[in-house]
Amino acid sequence: MSVELILPRQQSPDVAAARAKARLIRDRQRVLAIRRRKRLETALPWLIIIAFVALWELFVRALGIAEFVLPAPSTVVRSMIRWYEPLLLNAGVTLLTTSIGFAAAIVVGLVMGVALGSSTLIYRGVYPLLIAFNSVPKVAVVPVLVLWFGVNSIPAIITAFVISVFPIVVNVATGIATIEPEQRDVLRALGARTTDIVMKVGLPRAMPYFFASLKIAITVAFVGSITAETVASESGIGHLMIVASSRFDVPLVFAGLIVTGIMGVAMYAVAAVIENHTTKWATRGQDNF
Amino acid sequence: MTLPSPSRPFAEVSEVSMYYGGAHGTLALEDVTMNIGHGEIVAVVGPSGCGKSTLMRLMSGLWLPTEGGVIIDGREVDRPLSVVGMAFQNPTLLPWRTILQNVMLPLEVADEHRGRLRKHRAEYTAKAHELLKLVGLASFEDRLPHQLSGGMQQRASLCRALIHDPKLLMLDEPFAALDIFTREDLWAVLENVCLVYKPTVVLVTHDLREAVYLADRVLVMSARPGRIIAERTVPFERPRRREDTLSPAFSAMVQELRDLIDLARHSVAGVPEHVS
Repeated sequence: MSVELILPRQQSPDVAAARAKARLIRDRQRVLAIRRRKRLETALPWLIIIAFVALWELFVRALGIAEFVLPAPSTVVRSMIRWYEPLLLNAGVTLLTTSIGFAAAIVVGLVMGVALGSSTLIYRGVYPLLIAFNSVPKVAVVPVLVLWFGVNSIPAIITAFVISVFPIVVNVATGIATIEPEQRDVLRALGARTTDIVMKVGLPRAMPYFFASLKIAITVAFVGSITAETVASESGIGHLMIVASSRFDVPLVFAGLIVTGIMGVAMYAVAAVIENHTTKWATRGQDNF
Repeated sequence: MTLPSPSRPFAEVSEVSMYYGGAHGTLALEDVTMNIGHGEIVAVVGPSGCGKSTLMRLMSGLWLPTEGGVIIDGREVDRPLSVVGMAFQNPTLLPWRTILQNVMLPLEVADEHRGRLRKHRAEYTAKAHELLKLVGLASFEDRLPHQLSGGMQQRASLCRALIHDPKLLMLDEPFAALDIFTREDLWAVLENVCLVYKPTVVLVTHDLREAVYLADRVLVMSARPGRIIAERTVPFERPRRREDTLSPAFSAMVQELRDLIDLARHSVAGVPEHVS
């Protein structure tokens, strides 16, 4: 067989050099553009927060809104400085109760998720009850919990647990239940047991789902514990806000809200960092440059 | 209890019928009988939906037939037997494992290897190296699947199907998702692997050139309910070469199979008897 190929054209050395130089300049410009974009990406959240606070301040001052209706950010900050000790103390309590409830939700959520995801029977049997539980407004349950356990941290822990366990269970179960049938067949044809398939395939592939659910669960866990604290408690950021609002100290209420927001974002960030380090394979292609 | 004997075929499928959704459901396979010899490469072709993949699942013990029976290597198939290695159109590699770890996966679950893996890891790893080298992936062992092209992933999937020395290799349209150049490369890779390890192979495919290139014998199935309506022995010498696919004899055989499939697609169940 005789094949004639089209060969690459020969370039004169100076043309080649000129092209190489142009390429170098283009590359440098591209790198700079990417760096600018990176910087913008990291700065943007802060810029938006600053803009939001500035607009808020302007809005309140321009319309002359009373402090007990909507305090300006500057007023809230002053309140935060003045009350920093009770704020920190109560935030600490809330952080602790939320973390305990959340930790319990992780353990129970993983176990239940694996059980539901690996057995259709358990899934069909338990799921309706689970949804029923999740549909109950947690705020309605807190008085009952207080009746059972008294006015202390336990109702807050339980509420944080109950509210955050559901997304974890559902996500882990989904991750395990959606193993590709062919993947399952490859292993089953080798005589693999259900536990093998769950351990080797189900759990690892459920991890991205699991971490995604943690990010949701941690934020709703705060909602749960603070809800419980506002209903009945002697400490915690929810308790502090209720006390503040009963004294019409609206700036302090807002200070509590902001502290809560900061805690939520911080915990979310922790979950995100853990996610990035454990399930890199699932976010392929997003880490270029 | 049936005992293996050199005179009996490696795999016997006897009067197998398969209904989906109970005995009154859809009839997917009807009265399929076939024998496969030791080390034979058999291709099963047929119109889509004819039950080729069902046949494969029955032979690997993933499903049990409604009627009839399957005997592999002298054993009645009543559950998955780990003498089988499988590969599908989708490479189904685990994305969090490196290629080497993916290839070693069957050793962690197959009964006769899982107990030995810890002590004999070096020996097994050597086997994996050897297989990966044979399919041309030696320098990609530590990559993750998504860093490889589709054809390379399929090569790895083939290694995974072979790592535990299966006596029966089941391939369900393994190259269907690949472009024609990659596919033809992999035909040669697969044939080479088969010549080295000599497993018995059942290749389900709808690519007739692939069937003729790779198989010792081609079975043609009818449209659903699937029955075997014809059988052709491929006379070409091994190892086969790409030039063979251009020969008139090769084209004639492909054409003949094509006509049989047309017949199978347009026939109503029960009309054409064995055409061969």
